Amino acid sequence: MFTNEQLAQHIINQFGDAVSDFDDPYDLLTFSTTREQIVALITYLRDEPALQVNFLTDITAVHYPDSPGKEYCVVYHLHSFVNNFRLRIKVFLTADDMHIPTMVPLFAGANWMERETFDYFGILFDGHPDLRRILNMEEMDYHPMRKEYPLEDATREDKIDALFGR
Amino acid sequence: MVSEELDTTKQNLPAEQGPVQYVNELTTLNLGPTHPATHGIFQNVLQMDGEKIVSGEQTIGYIHRAFEKIAERRPFYQITTLTDRMNYCSSPINNMGWHMTVEKLLGIDIPKRAQYIRVIMMELARIADHIICNGILGVDTGAFTGFLYIYQERENIYEIYEEICGARLTTNMGRIGGMERDLSPTAIRKINEFLKRFPAVLREFESLFNRNRIFMDRVVGVGGISAERALSYGFTGPNLRAAGVDYDVRVMNPYSSYQDFEFDIPVGQSGDTYDRFMVRNEEMWQSMRIIQQAMDNLPEGPFYADAPQYYLPPKQEVYKNMEALIYHFKIVMGEIDAPVGEVYHAVEGGNGELGFYLISDGGRAPYRLHFRRPCFIYYQAYPEMCKGLTLSDAIVIMSSMNVIAGELDG
Repeated sequence: MFTNEQLAQHIINQFGDAVSDFDDPYDLLTFSTTREQIVALITYLRDEPALQVNFLTDITAVHYPDSPGKEYCVVYHLHSFVNNFRLRIKVFLTADDMHIPTMVPLFAGANWMERETFDYFGILFDGHPDLRRILNMEEMDYHPMRKEYPLEDATREDKIDALFGR
Repeated sequence: MVSEELDTTKQNLPAEQGPVQYVNELTTLNLGPTHPATHGIFQNVLQMDGEKIVSGEQTIGYIHRAFEKIAERRPFYQITTLTDRMNYCSSPINNMGWHMTVEKLLGIDIPKRAQYIRVIMMELARIADHIICNGILGVDTGAFTGFLYIYQERENIYEIYEEICGARLTTNMGRIGGMERDLSPTAIRKINEFLKRFPAVLREFESLFNRNRIFMDRVVGVGGISAERALSYGFTGPNLRAAGVDYDVRVMNPYSSYQDFEFDIPVGQSGDTYDRFMVRNEEMWQSMRIIQQAMDNLPEGPFYADAPQYYLPPKQEVYKNMEALIYHFKIVMGEIDAPVGEVYHAVEGGNGELGFYLISDGGRAPYRLHFRRPCFIYYQAYPEMCKGLTLSDAIVIMSSMNVIAGELDG
C-alpha cells in the first residue's frame, strides 16, 4: 500500500519537471502533465511492477473558458487494482490547439471514452482509430458541453436568473 | 411428331446456364434500433457470413438526454432525478451514489442508521437489477417460466420502494444528508417478508436454469472474454467478475458502512454467458446476506445528518419553526452554495462501477458533472465478444451483459 506522498514522490522521481500541481482533494492524488508526456506516463504507471495501475476508470474533459491558455482540461482517472489506489491526471490544452494523443493502444476501453469527450468538447485525440461523434447526431456542428452554449435560451424574459442567484 | 413433343416439354425447363457462380458476399444485418432482443433502443450493424458474425458496429445515443449538460444548471438536490433515469433497473443505487458524492464534497457524516437503510435499499435494488437481467436472459433462450415466477419478487421489491419513498421505478430515494423518512413498520414487515420468501423463489429459479441442458447448450462457452481483455475494455461489476477478477467497489473502497457486513464476491472463470448468469445469481444470495445482517443490526438513532443547510427539513417543522422554513425555502429555491472542490465517488451499481466526477466552483450547481456509466464503457466490447458466433449467440450475449439503454446513453 502506498500513501499519496509516496506515490507522488515515486512519480516525481521518474518524470521530474513533466509532472506538476500535485494535490490530493478528498484523498485522491491529482496532478498535471503535458500532452507530450501523457502516453509515456500512463504506460509507465501501467507497466511498472511496483505500481501496476492496470485499470483506466474514465476519460473526460472540463472547459474553463476564463483561464487563457488552459481552456480545456482532459482528465484521466486511473485505478490500480493490485495496490488499490486511484490517480487523477490532468492535461491542459489551449483552445486553438486541441490535440492530444489517444490512449486506445494502451486501454481498449478508451475508444468510446475519447469519442464521447470529442463529441462533447471537440478535443482531437491523435491516432484514434475512429474519432466520430458517439451520442449526438453526426450532423451537429458544435460541441455542446462547452460553456459558450447555455442550456436555456438566453433571450427568454420570463425567467430572471438574477432573482435566484444564478 | 416425337421431336415436337420433346420440344414442348423443354419449354418448361429453366434456361440452361453455366456453372453456378458463388460470390463471397457478406450480409448486412441491422440488429436494432427497435429489435425485441435489444431491450432498449440501440443499433448493431452486423456483417454476417451466412449465420456467422464477421464484424459489428454499434450506433448508440438514441435516448441521449444530455444529463451532464442539464446537471450544470440544476441545484444539487435536483440532480437525483437525473440519476434515476440512467440505470432505471436499479435507481436507488444511482440515487445513493449521487447523495454520497455530494456528502463527500460537503463533508457531512451520515448517521449509521441512515447508512444501513441505504445499504438495505441498494442491495434490494441489486437483486431487482439481477432478477431482470437473468430473467430476461432466460426469455431470450426460450425459457419463459423462470422469468414469470421470479418477476413477482421484483414487484415485491418495488412495493418496498413504494413504502420507503412513494415511487416505484424512478425512485428519487433519499436526500443529501440521509433518508427522507425512517423505515416505517410496514416497510420493515415487507422487507422481512421478502427475506423469508425470496430464498425459496431463487432456489426454484436456479433449479429451472442452472443444470438445464437446453439452457446450458445455449450459454456455456458463448461470448467468453479473458480477464486481461475485460480489464483493458474497462469492464466492471458482474461482467468483470465472471471473467475472474474479484473487483468490487463495495470491498475495495467501502462506502456507506459496507465494511460492517460479511459477504463473498462470486467470481467466474471464462467470462462467458453462463458465468455471467451464475455470478449474478450468486450475487443475489450475497445481497440477501447483507440485507439480513443490516436488518438484524439496524442501529437506533436519527436517519439524517445534522446538516440543516443541506438536508430538507421535515414538513411539520417547516410549518412551525422559523429556521426550518428558511432552510426549506433556500434549499427548494436552490440558493445553497456548495464549497469549491473536486470529487470522484464510485459505488457498485447493478452493472459495475458507477462513478460520479463532480467539480464544484462554489456555486449552486455543479461546474461539471461526469457520470462514469459502466454500460457505456463495457458495451464497446460487444463486437469482439460476438465475433465468429451465430446471431442467436449474439442475442444471449447482449442479454447477459445487461446493457441498459438509459445508462448507455446518459
